[in-house]
Amino acid sequence: MAKGGKDNVHFPHRHLLGIEGLSPEEISILLDRSETYVNQNRRADKTTPLLHGRTIINLFFEDSTRTRTSFELAGKRLGGDLINMSVATSSVKKGETLIDTAMTLNAMHPDVLVVRHPHSGAVKLLSEKVNCAVINGGDGSHEHPTQALLDALTIRRRRGGLSGLQVAICGDILHSRVARSNIHLLNTMGARVRLIAPKTLIPPEVERLGVEIFHDMNEGLRDCDIVMMLRLQHERMHGNFLPSIREYFHFFGLDYEKLSNAKEDALIMHPGPMNRGVEIDTDVADDVGRSVIREQVEMGVAVRMAVLELLALNPDNGGNA
Amino acid sequence: MAPRNDVSQGRVAYVNARLLDPAAGLDTAGGVLTDGEAITDVGPGVTKKKAPKGARIVDCHGKCLSPGLVDIRVELGDLAATVEAAVSGGVTSMVCLPTPELVIDDMSEVEFVARRARKLGLAKVYPYGAVTKGLEGKELAEMGLLAEAGAVAFTDGERAVADAQTMRRAMSYASTFGLMIVQHPEEPSLAADGVMNAGETATRLGLFGIPKEAEVIMVERDLRLASLTGGRLHIAHVSTAETVDTLRRAKADGLNVTCDTAPPYFALNETAIGDYRTFAKLSPPLRAEQDRQAVVEGLADGTIDAIASDHTPRDEESKRLPFAQADPGGIGLNTLLAVSLELYHNGHLSLLEVLKLVTSAPAGLMGLPAGSLKEGAPADLILFDPDEGWKVDADKLVGKAQNSPFDGRPVQGRVLRTVIDGRPVFEPDA
Repeated sequence: MAKGGKDNVHFPHRHLLGIEGLSPEEISILLDRSETYVNQNRRADKTTPLLHGRTIINLFFEDSTRTRTSFELAGKRLGGDLINMSVATSSVKKGETLIDTAMTLNAMHPDVLVVRHPHSGAVKLLSEKVNCAVINGGDGSHEHPTQALLDALTIRRRRGGLSGLQVAICGDILHSRVARSNIHLLNTMGARVRLIAPKTLIPPEVERLGVEIFHDMNEGLRDCDIVMMLRLQHERMHGNFLPSIREYFHFFGLDYEKLSNAKEDALIMHPGPMNRGVEIDTDVADDVGRSVIREQVEMGVAVRMAVLELLALNPDNGGNA
Repeated sequence: MAPRNDVSQGRVAYVNARLLDPAAGLDTAGGVLTDGEAITDVGPGVTKKKAPKGARIVDCHGKCLSPGLVDIRVELGDLAATVEAAVSGGVTSMVCLPTPELVIDDMSEVEFVARRARKLGLAKVYPYGAVTKGLEGKELAEMGLLAEAGAVAFTDGERAVADAQTMRRAMSYASTFGLMIVQHPEEPSLAADGVMNAGETATRLGLFGIPKEAEVIMVERDLRLASLTGGRLHIAHVSTAETVDTLRRAKADGLNVTCDTAPPYFALNETAIGDYRTFAKLSPPLRAEQDRQAVVEGLADGTIDAIASDHTPRDEESKRLPFAQADPGGIGLNTLLAVSLELYHNGHLSLLEVLKLVTSAPAGLMGLPAGSLKEGAPADLILFDPDEGWKVDADKLVGKAQNSPFDGRPVQGRVLRTVIDGRPVFEPDA
């Protein structure tokens, strides 16, 4: 059996269900490990047989192309056997409960389950019913830990670290699991976080998570090092959160004028998929000098390789470290 | 399980007890004499020596003897299982809610519930009638006829009567017959997507919150409608500090309004949800710590008139789900006494005051022949030890449903015997 890397790193958790509760050291373990995969992924031969013989199941109860593909590539580059299960092809739509699905999959002895679910807490619930490692691929409005890790890796590689940076997260914070995971991660690593959004998209008492709140983009972006834009779901127009896309873009869409308040070398990030002309001006999104949106995608594969490896080979999960 | 004896007991003298009769303000050493289904004597004079010839003697060994508990907010679910849970918790009378399964908007349903409960011979069940047909909040149910058939008050159960005009007419019409409307105070549009209390915990968990204002807005509206109509209003399960304040002021202004709360709202707060524990998903939702404290104050100063268990049995399938999809509600009959006694053990109320909130006070609100030890009253009694400690283990509670929000909680206060109409119906397994 292949050994888990020369440096013998150990991540002391069975699952990765969220960023909240992880220590700075644990986050650093994941990011450091990811770095090695960034380099590997840029080589012609991108595979290592570390997870040879291990089974990874991508269990997606919600549509996703990017995250699912990213995990799929990550698993395959580590030599694991990976299958995709999505709601459309599963029995979940036929009335099977989440727990039944978990038990059924568990009986097939997978080593890692990557789970995305539209309801907050569903991945945690599922993790209680299986013996293998579970990675949260996004649950409701709760957490999306690998997204926060890939964002952190992107920033760290560009800025050398996270501590002391001023980061603005802009847009639909209320419904965003990406925002929550990023708030926890950035705070844990010593960055300062601002949230910028209209009041209807700011969750109650979110300031208690250690963030500053702004409702004006120009003010909120002032002197920021990092600008993270969030995707605005079109459904939000129905719940009376916003009057129109036009009005939203006018006040909260990222264009050069608003961006001029941030530091000159501020990085622009977006978890994708982007709504051009809704939350971000198309020229800003494509600005090679400042937008690191494509780099985020690249980092995503590396981060997921690191997470898959460290969880699959964790002795607590029956893996050989 | 309970030694059930369907034969009437003749004369029984419960002696050597600490007698607690909140209706009479009585807390003394003594006993109770019952003859058949009724109490015939009570007080320090009822002793082993003075017991009439032929009476069976039950030595209470100094434990507390009080009226059986009266629970004015119970969802029946499986009736047989629920009345068993009731007597195991010392509840001898209860008022059951209309639900989508048991709407109680027709006289036949009132009679059906009463008849089935009588046949089981455990806790006495009195039904609420529906305020509106089908609990749809649109057309008034036949409240007058339902009352004649035995409905003790009127409510749409877990649903608020949301439309203001409908509520106005309901209160006005009910007052024609002197009937009371019991409101689940929650503005539905504000609560719509919410699954727990709005605030930091909900934000962390990524769950949508129900703001506290959803409750007080409905209460304030209904207080205005009560003034307008002269109707008799009772607000169920008060859960927020603002509601307690609002009701305190309304009572000070002389408005004829009453209210109750349930044990989760004075014994738990929203942190009980922890990592998405669906047993702690309730309606109204568990609130913040300052709300819990305000509910305790409301109980201590008399703003809150009674404690009801809010017993809502749910099966495993409806709770083993992602939090947002799980049904709200928790069982409460089994733990009503023990959790209420925390108010006594923590020094907020006297033992007699706590008992009043779960016996004579709720009985008085609903006009039930219960909650008192006076001569001639039904011999519905409990013997309990207020200090004995035990740990709530949801799997082991009597009854079918196990969805207790108090699972795992160490509590004090154990029911040693439950007597209904003179018949012993429950004793715990040794």
